[in-house]
Amino acid sequence: MEFADILHRCFRCGYCKFPNNYQDFNCPSYSKFRFETYSPGGRMWLLRAWLNGEMKSSARLAEILFSCATCGNCVEHCVFPKFKDDILHAFLAAREEMVNQGTVPPAVRDYLKTLQVHGNPYKLPRLEREKWKHGLNLESYSGQEYLFHAGCVGSLDERGIKMARSVAGLLKKLGVSLGTLGIEENCDGNEALALGEKGVFQSLVEKNLQSFQRLGVKKVITLTPHAYHAFKNDYPKDAYPLEVFHYTQILSAQAKKLSALPTPSSFRVTYHDPCYLGRHNKEYQAPRKILKSISGLQLLEMGRAKENAFCCGGGGGNFFTELLGSGAESPARARVREAADTNASVLAVACPNCAKMLDDAVKSENLEEKIVVKEISEIIQGAA
Amino acid sequence: MEDVYKELAQIVGPSYVSNQPEERFIYSRDPGTMEPCEPDFVVLPGTTGEVQKIVLLANRKKIPLVPMGGGLVLSGLSRALKGGIVLDLKRMNRILEVNEKSRYALVEAGTSQGMLQAYLKKNHPTLKHSIPDSPPMATIGGNVLIHGSGHLSHAAGFHSDMLNGLEVVLPTGEVVKIGSCSTSPYWFGRAPLPDLAGLFLGWFGTTGVVTKLAIKLYPNRPYQDVGVFVTEDPDLVPEVFYQATGVQVAEDITAWMTPKPEWAKGFQHININYAADTPEELIWKRNLIRASLKGLISRKVGGFLPLPPPMKKNFLEAPQTTLAQFADVRKGGGFEYVGGIMPIDLFPKAYRVGIEVAARQGTTYSTGARIIGLGHCMMFFFAYPFNRADEADVDRARRALEETNREVLEMGGIPWKAEVPAQKQIIGRMDAGTLNLMDRIRTMLDPKGIMNPGNWEVR
Repeated sequence: MEFADILHRCFRCGYCKFPNNYQDFNCPSYSKFRFETYSPGGRMWLLRAWLNGEMKSSARLAEILFSCATCGNCVEHCVFPKFKDDILHAFLAAREEMVNQGTVPPAVRDYLKTLQVHGNPYKLPRLEREKWKHGLNLESYSGQEYLFHAGCVGSLDERGIKMARSVAGLLKKLGVSLGTLGIEENCDGNEALALGEKGVFQSLVEKNLQSFQRLGVKKVITLTPHAYHAFKNDYPKDAYPLEVFHYTQILSAQAKKLSALPTPSSFRVTYHDPCYLGRHNKEYQAPRKILKSISGLQLLEMGRAKENAFCCGGGGGNFFTELLGSGAESPARARVREAADTNASVLAVACPNCAKMLDDAVKSENLEEKIVVKEISEIIQGAA
Repeated sequence: MEDVYKELAQIVGPSYVSNQPEERFIYSRDPGTMEPCEPDFVVLPGTTGEVQKIVLLANRKKIPLVPMGGGLVLSGLSRALKGGIVLDLKRMNRILEVNEKSRYALVEAGTSQGMLQAYLKKNHPTLKHSIPDSPPMATIGGNVLIHGSGHLSHAAGFHSDMLNGLEVVLPTGEVVKIGSCSTSPYWFGRAPLPDLAGLFLGWFGTTGVVTKLAIKLYPNRPYQDVGVFVTEDPDLVPEVFYQATGVQVAEDITAWMTPKPEWAKGFQHININYAADTPEELIWKRNLIRASLKGLISRKVGGFLPLPPPMKKNFLEAPQTTLAQFADVRKGGGFEYVGGIMPIDLFPKAYRVGIEVAARQGTTYSTGARIIGLGHCMMFFFAYPFNRADEADVDRARRALEETNREVLEMGGIPWKAEVPAQKQIIGRMDAGTLNLMDRIRTMLDPKGIMNPGNWEVR
């Protein structure tokens, strides 16, 4: 297995479980399950035992490995500079091994199967992919400056659709030149790669690059940080050069225009950094610049923010496989409790996966009276 | 065993009990060199009531019970030597009270050092607790109970000296309170009552499960500095300690000696950390410390090292994140150390023993010391890294540790948080009357012998 040579170098000191101020556990799966096995160090040692034959494949071992949200907190806070960058790589390599051996959890198997058969995780026909933009008068891509990529969640999930409409609508209102692929759009494959299915990922890469090449796409705006990460970092750069932007980066460049828009009266907002925008791509400023440009908005930071942000639990495929569950100790519920503690009335998000995870968590925590989850463009446009 | 599993699941909920190979594997070992010992169950209780029920069950079924905190002791004390239940207490991590004026915090035993530090910084920024050099995952309970030490140990002694009171589930299931909390709603101290805390301190969980404890807090002064005094003569170090402790202004005094990097080889570096409420006070303290060592400086046998800012930043950090990196010296994820508690005049001998043992065992080393109290004693550590993937290397480190333990006892020190082999060495030298008393106490508290058996086996 690739990266197997770093597994024994983990001391299991546990810095990887924390943010830099140690205020609480910051590894989503450890925070939820609380057995050492579900911590990054536990995984490292178990994987070594598995490769050495000391530990057999099992449903439990698969759950331990696939419940990692790939949020990158361990990479950020590991104190061993010589191998920390490969911790997640090792977990993904092990997932790939388990995919090849057919020992993945049933929820992972079902996700990958559905993605392969239907091209999306919702078992919906391709025709459904363009319904999200109904009534927005968005053009099909034909040489505009940007291609807007809504992704599977933005195109097919109810909460994601709401967000995609809000973001694309605002971009259009601001005069950004963009087009969409509609029914021609494909999944970006980030979750497939995170779940260890390189074959499916490769075929999605090919499909996407063929579309981009055929249409001459040079710049892409993604709705989801997951697609942003995949296009930017995992797609072969030499095969097809592409400039990739998360929509907050485009909006932040329009901050002056945004500050002129009418907004609700003064309100307090806290912002949840999505892992694939923040820790994985170090984009902490663009969303904050937008929020700070909104008149009357008071930005209150949570104790765990930016590189210390606590994942909503939806990364690494867990948005679909739900291995991190929904109980009171689930990362999303812990995160909305933390957000509510800031006394903000709005929890701002910049990712459809986070929006849905945290929306559900607010309901489960009965916090609807106290805090509401809104995507950044929804806040700008005063949407409920 | 299935019935035990069911009962445990009823007590803590099925999510927090496991008899699966994965948990049994991980909880069978710690990052040190001791051989793995598998528990039958791993249980994560959330309340004292749950601990009590687990203890009663273990008692009824005569199942060994091994309390565990951060699992970072390195000497294998939370391995289930005779099987049974490992009780991972880290779900019990609530900070229950901070009495700002009387400067104490009441916490559940599984509260991590890191979480208490963060909580105090946010809510009581004028206060701090003594942080050990272990990673932030180490628990308050575990560290106090093994007589740990930390960044305020020069000022205030062992962490067990900073203990105000305990809540303990006895091996027979009763919940007892130790210290002022037994009589008063306040957890202000152990005096003036008969001090029963000693029944649980240093016993490695063989006399009960500590579920809550109160510890002393100290002023968190905003201005901090560190001076590093360097000498090439180990025989002078006790004098350095004596003089520097005598002025009573340092919070922490530690020594470090390492063959790598090359520039550090052969030197004894003594870090003197101090803090103040104003810049003027900081300068005044710096001058006092420097004056205390003036004699040595004027004899040109030592002096203060100019510190590059990154190094100073590192030395002022608590916990020091770079310390764990010693585990990667041999690219193998492991190190373990003997912490010999001993008088400071044994420093030169201990220093030489460390070098000799490492040479004899063909391993590398790092040594150092932390002053406890005003130089009343020190914890001298002999650390040996190893490559976890190379069994011969692990064995080399294991042999070095065993030899070092023997040498520490030979010179008049006592190994701290001793591994089972070192416990046997200690027992072999202990006064017969003391051993007999330990045995009687343990039999009285734990008649069925369920608590962490295999440790402190006096008979």
